[in-house]
Amino acid sequence: MTSKNRGGLSRRHLLGGAAAATALLATPSIVRAQPKVLKVGVALPRSGYLAAAGQACYRGAEIAPKVLADYGYAVELMHVDTESNVDIARNQAERVIAEGAQCIVGAFQSGATLAIAQVCEQRQVPLCINVAAAPQITEQGYKYLVRNFQTGGQLAANGLRLIKDVMAATNVEFKNAVFTYANDTFGTSQAKAIDKHFPAANLPFKIEESIAYDPRAQDLSVEVTKIRAINPDLVMVVTRASDAIKLIRDMVRQRFEPKAIISPGSPGLYDEEFYQALGPLADYSVINVPWVNPKAKMTEAVAAAFKPAFPKRRFAVEGFNVGFTFEAMLIAADGFKRAGTADGPELMKAIRATDLAEHVMIGGPIQFDDTGQNNNIGSAVLQNRDRTPTVVLPESAATMKPVLPMPPWKGRT
Amino acid sequence: MWTIYLNVVLQGVMTGLIYGLMALGLSVIFGVVRVVNFAHGEFAVVAMYAAFVLFKIYGLDPLIAMAPIALAFFAIGFILQMGLVNSFVGRAEHEQFILLVGLAIILINAVLMIFGPDAQPVNLPYAFDSYLIGPLIIDKVRVYAAIAAVAVSAGLFAFFRHTRTGTAIRACADNLVGAAVIGLNVKRLYALTFGLGLACVGAAGALMETIADAAPSLGPAYTLLAFTIVIVGGLGSMSGALVGGVLIGVSEALAGFLIAPSMKSMFSFALLIAVLVLRPQGLMGRRVA
Repeated sequence: MTSKNRGGLSRRHLLGGAAAATALLATPSIVRAQPKVLKVGVALPRSGYLAAAGQACYRGAEIAPKVLADYGYAVELMHVDTESNVDIARNQAERVIAEGAQCIVGAFQSGATLAIAQVCEQRQVPLCINVAAAPQITEQGYKYLVRNFQTGGQLAANGLRLIKDVMAATNVEFKNAVFTYANDTFGTSQAKAIDKHFPAANLPFKIEESIAYDPRAQDLSVEVTKIRAINPDLVMVVTRASDAIKLIRDMVRQRFEPKAIISPGSPGLYDEEFYQALGPLADYSVINVPWVNPKAKMTEAVAAAFKPAFPKRRFAVEGFNVGFTFEAMLIAADGFKRAGTADGPELMKAIRATDLAEHVMIGGPIQFDDTGQNNNIGSAVLQNRDRTPTVVLPESAATMKPVLPMPPWKGRT
Repeated sequence: MWTIYLNVVLQGVMTGLIYGLMALGLSVIFGVVRVVNFAHGEFAVVAMYAAFVLFKIYGLDPLIAMAPIALAFFAIGFILQMGLVNSFVGRAEHEQFILLVGLAIILINAVLMIFGPDAQPVNLPYAFDSYLIGPLIIDKVRVYAAIAAVAVSAGLFAFFRHTRTGTAIRACADNLVGAAVIGLNVKRLYALTFGLGLACVGAAGALMETIADAAPSLGPAYTLLAFTIVIVGGLGSMSGALVGGVLIGVSEALAGFLIAPSMKSMFSFALLIAVLVLRPQGLMGRRVA
């Protein structure tokens, strides 16, 4: 066997060398091609029955690029509407990823969030959850998601625990309570969580009766009559805005005056729709939920950006949805900055390693456990004062002191 | 405790009277034209929004706005019957069904496009007031709305009983061929009837806006409610619609209080099934041979 070109430069060697040189020269340009801006697909229910909350979340996302830019982060938004529908949420997530989204923020609704989580897992695209309480989201072993929101159990447990703090701060004792809730998906799951966590909360009163109602009922007069017959000191509620309006309206009409109306972890009592419909009668209701820390610097920056962007809206009312959606954007942007790449696995690794001490919601630093859950989110006690949800506890974040028993309905201005 | 029960029954009666007025429109239309208005609840919702708009722009109380709304709905009903529904009278029931369900979908989506999905309340100055009669507490709005519902129903009964046109319409309902033979303009009378039916639902919608907030999602629920009432009371029977309304209102209120509020609707459907089994023609309906 002989070799014709032994020791010489063959054409094959020349081609191989040229290819290697080209690859070597091309490497820096690939590095240079790493994106400087993270493309975030924002999946929210901007229409359908969750539209009001979805639109509030949208406003939180809209102001994020400007505020985050001041903190040295760069994000670009790609909005999609999940239409409050699980199947549409899945399709929209597929679409926005196909169009170039490198990370998803959303999706307010637990069902839609679970559907998007499956898509993100398949496509290896990180999902930063803004609002979704279903516990199974972080219990199914998904690797491509983080949740910066309390689970349903945490919402209920914190909501109940804070009732004790309210009693201590106001020196008001409740001897008995009635728990009333909407019999929709959210209401019944929260009712189960409250049943589960109530004994552990060790509250010094008993729940005389739990009353489920149809949130689509045109009025809640029968429900209120039933509550009035029991005459409890405390009415605990799990509502949405429209049924919260009906509930208070019928309480006023039936001249029923409990010492307090407290929501241990649900919306409704702090929605703009609630304030508009009830005016001064909306005041003094108490809501125990996660909320923006009005004393945090970043909250001030978000509030300052919100006002000119949405002059007809009140940040003070939309703090929950705006705050959590902004934080989800912050988590994505911060992960991207540390990862230095939008490559799914690398970006997800960086997001899971998040440690943000400065943020907007009440609670400790944003960190995620092995399941992707942030367990450092706190709950605050809000009380409606002058038709604005106002932090009254914990004292570190409070801007007013809680007032209980509630003043009578009559004579409020 | 009995005062609480009495309170619940009173609330049920007053709500039932408004339900009854709404169902009255459906019963009148079916009783004469023999077309089932599957867009009935949607028309009620449109009336609620009309009351909301009149209150928002002119500050008009829905109890007063009820009159122009009923008038406008009469005109709409008349035109609708003349221009569209008349050609479907006598045609297969599924064709009538599709026509009116289509109309219902158009109405509710138009409302959704214009007003959005949120509920629209009318903040009346007396919305939170109530009468205290001994141990009884009765909502002011519900009392006013119930009185107005009774007045409108009485007016309609009087019209059918004491006017020549009303008698002619009843003649059409009783014997269509006979009415045509003696020279009655049946098409025009049908249009008048459809107009009157929609006027009822227009008035009921305006009254409903005083006790509930207008929302597009209410449409199908109201249609179903009106159907339940007229079937319980007797399809085509005017007095049956009112009796059915009160019966459904009271039974829902009592079931909500004694069993569980979230089971209110279930109870009214149980009543419907019982009536269908025991007296298929309805409580006040005439048995068909």
